[in-house]
Amino acid sequence: MVYLTRKIEFSASHLYHNPAFSAEENRRVFGKCNNPHGHGHNYVLEVTVAGDPDPATGMVLDLKELKEILQREVTDRMDHRFLNYEVPELAGQIPTCENIAAVIWRLLEPKITHGHLNRVRLYETPDLFVDCYGEGNGAHTGSRSAR
Amino acid sequence: MNLHLSRRYRFSASHRLHSDLLDADENKRVYGKCNNPYGHGHNYIVEVAVSGPVDQATGMIANLADLDAFVESEVIEPFDHKYLNEEIAEFRAKVPTTENLCIEIFNRLRPFPRARLERVRVEETGLNSFEYTGKTQGATHE
Repeated sequence: MVYLTRKIEFSASHLYHNPAFSAEENRRVFGKCNNPHGHGHNYVLEVTVAGDPDPATGMVLDLKELKEILQREVTDRMDHRFLNYEVPELAGQIPTCENIAAVIWRLLEPKITHGHLNRVRLYETPDLFVDCYGEGNGAHTGSRSAR
Repeated sequence: MNLHLSRRYRFSASHRLHSDLLDADENKRVYGKCNNPYGHGHNYIVEVAVSGPVDQATGMIANLADLDAFVESEVIEPFDHKYLNEEIAEFRAKVPTTENLCIEIFNRLRPFPRARLERVRVEETGLNSFEYTGKTQGATHE
């Protein structure tokens, strides 16, 4: 098994606000992230695909194919967008790093047909990131996610 | 969805690698420059990973303010700008290698009440790091 990781960046804005909370509760729980005008990040996404290299090509999957999938599913949807209002997959959810990573996993998982998606790591800043392993319990890049 | 939230923290501290179980020559041979009796220091980076269900009301595994406050009080405040060998009780009897530091930090953070502690990764320098997941055989070197 080989693990292949591709990195992309996208920039987007968001805000944290739960309409079920009072204004004061929103401010207390979400702090600065509750600013009604929103704020933004340069997100860095690392996508890891696991599989055995095809004996004919020596590849787990063609990087060009992965690049196109990431462009279509992630960059086109999220880059330079206001995540709360412009990404339907996040509608009704607080666009935290946890929820965005889970949305990206659900978008990518069915599109990866050579090898399988092992991990989605989304950095909101260099000091804050979320790893998503899908429904599997893989805690490390080295463990296989349940399918 | 199985999600891990990770956060990076920093502290600076000094230490000396010296084992009372080894004689002076062996200490020099094993620890080299790190055995210098006056000690030396590092800018440590601590990466803390926690897991748990995402609260639908907040979209969060754990509120970062809670995690930051816990790590600050349990690790950063007691470790930052300290001499680990003398000022951290656990390292009076144990060599403050980054392996042992990683385990000590994990043990201090394990009681975090808002999520499950999955992993502690400590970078001693940009070129070496250590991870501990709480398992006896769980320490891995990179």
